Amino acid sequence: MVRPFHNLSLHFIVSVTYIDAIREAQEDLLREDDRVFLYGQDIANFGGAFKATKGLAEAYPNRVFDSPISEDAMIGLAVGAAIEGMRPIVEMQFADFSSIAFNQIVNQAATHFYRTGMPIPLTVRLPSGGTPGSGPFHSQSMEGLYAQYPGLVVVTPATVSDAYYMLIDAAKMNDPVIYCEHKFLYRWLKAKTIKGEHLPIGQARIARPGKHATVVTYSAMVHEAVRAADRLQQDGWEIEVVDLRSVKPLDIDTVLASVARTGRLLAVGEAFPWGGVTAEVVSRVTEEGFHLLDAPPQRLNSRDTPVPYHPKLWAAHRPTPESISEALRKLLSF
Amino acid sequence: MLKARILENKLSSLYKAGKIVGGVYLGKGQEAVSGCLGAALIQGKDCFAPLIRDQAGRTAFGEPLIDCTRTYLGSVEGPMKGRDGNIHRGRPDKGMPAMISHLGAQVPLIAGMLFAKRLKGVLEGCVGATCVGDGATSTGAFHEGLNMAAVEKLPMVVVIANNQFAYSTPNNRQFACGDLVERARGYGVGGYSVDGTDLMACASVIGEAVKQARLGKGPQMVVANLLRLSGHGEHDDGSYVPDSARAGYYGRDCIEVAIEQLVEGGYASQAKIDAWREEFSEEVQRAVAQAQQEALPDPYLEKWSALSTTFPYISS
Repeated sequence: MVRPFHNLSLHFIVSVTYIDAIREAQEDLLREDDRVFLYGQDIANFGGAFKATKGLAEAYPNRVFDSPISEDAMIGLAVGAAIEGMRPIVEMQFADFSSIAFNQIVNQAATHFYRTGMPIPLTVRLPSGGTPGSGPFHSQSMEGLYAQYPGLVVVTPATVSDAYYMLIDAAKMNDPVIYCEHKFLYRWLKAKTIKGEHLPIGQARIARPGKHATVVTYSAMVHEAVRAADRLQQDGWEIEVVDLRSVKPLDIDTVLASVARTGRLLAVGEAFPWGGVTAEVVSRVTEEGFHLLDAPPQRLNSRDTPVPYHPKLWAAHRPTPESISEALRKLLSF
Repeated sequence: MLKARILENKLSSLYKAGKIVGGVYLGKGQEAVSGCLGAALIQGKDCFAPLIRDQAGRTAFGEPLIDCTRTYLGSVEGPMKGRDGNIHRGRPDKGMPAMISHLGAQVPLIAGMLFAKRLKGVLEGCVGATCVGDGATSTGAFHEGLNMAAVEKLPMVVVIANNQFAYSTPNNRQFACGDLVERARGYGVGGYSVDGTDLMACASVIGEAVKQARLGKGPQMVVANLLRLSGHGEHDDGSYVPDSARAGYYGRDCIEVAIEQLVEGGYASQAKIDAWREEFSEEVQRAVAQAQQEALPDPYLEKWSALSTTFPYISS
């Protein structure tokens, strides 16, 4: 049995990754609550396409199950199991494939509490976002789509600790949670410990303090925005980066407080540009904090095409430290 | 099934009198199939996901009439509190989930309820059932759900009420196989055909399918052939159904067939059936009257929250 990160107090553990945190959270949930089970494609003995469930089927037999390639029925089954008192965690192999499960997520799971009074404690893990060479169908960011529907909580962890605690908190929540984990961060993002800062779902975090402009973002784009802020620092600009952590609920108070300090807003997201999280942020700030703004609020998203395959195209499709810096310079020039 | 027919005739009258907001969807012609399925299940042990034409099955499974009249009439006392209406109602805590409109969606849902019972160690001797129409067999959810239940060998019974029309679309525009029951073999599940207008045949065949599932023989699929004796909803006159179909074998009314079978078989006298009719009519009247006297939902008192969780860190 492979349980490499079970005891984190051991001194020889020097760093853990974002995907270690996801695996560890699921192991802790399986250990602590008999009602939790994992369901998804290739997640049992194979350990998942990204190894987020490696060793768990062995450690918890009859709690980790391979499903047929039936995304609709996977969520249908999970909702039925939740009605019977279980707390399922479903892994979509890629967020993109959750389009097949869209009906069960937004019509079955999301409407259930409002219609019947019985909440559905379901967590859907969506391996989200782009990585080089992944192409149009293994790269999508679907958080804005799910956030549009009432009855869902949508979280987008950007740090190793958030990946751990937000999955724990999602599974303990009585409502359906769409847990958007970023594939680019899986092995790239490392920390000394999984169990760092534990903030509740619904509270944003100041990832980097500043005073001249606010970047509101989430997930992998937090790291790109911090890089852009580092670049602008060389010219004397102090950029504040707000990590939303959960896009629904949206912690507009933290966003407004930051905009009150800086007077300038740039909302950055990796999803497609029409509508979505960045549009919601700009809309809410304009509505509730128009008087705080010294410049027109700006948005930066991916381009309005499918996510391209080739790394050269992909790198120019999503926001980058370069394009975020450019957008910030434009914002600061007003 | 007689109680369901009397209730639904009343719902139709209320609809025509403008007393019901939204649509009314009747199970006229499907009562023998639905009632036999509901009667073969045990409330408190089994689970049952009824669909649009399952008033008889709901009643047989134990749903009180007042749940129906309250939901149709919008009473805030009903299981859906005015948040959903008509046939989109249920008592998930009593093993009867509330259907969504998307066809086939309840097939994997019932599979999930059974899957959970297995994980909890209480599956032994339980059955989960759902009813779909011929149209629902064309959906991805139906296919995915039945295949998944077969892979997991869950004790699920799916009854396909083939009433020959999905809204207005006839069977020959819905599927190309000769008979839907042929699909059972492909799914690796038990397959049965039955005359859906014949109460005794339905009781026997559906009863057998439920029995096989209960014995642990995996999913069972029953195709019941019949004709819808009303429109898709009460807004629809069903004029697309050809006269030849109405005059044909499946155009017969399963209630009349059932009464004949009960009387001729010596199960019940005509006098007894007349007494039932009177008793059920009174029961229906009471359920309608009670629901009509109850408060309607109040938008000012409504808890406008789609989540059970509250987030103290968020001001709005």
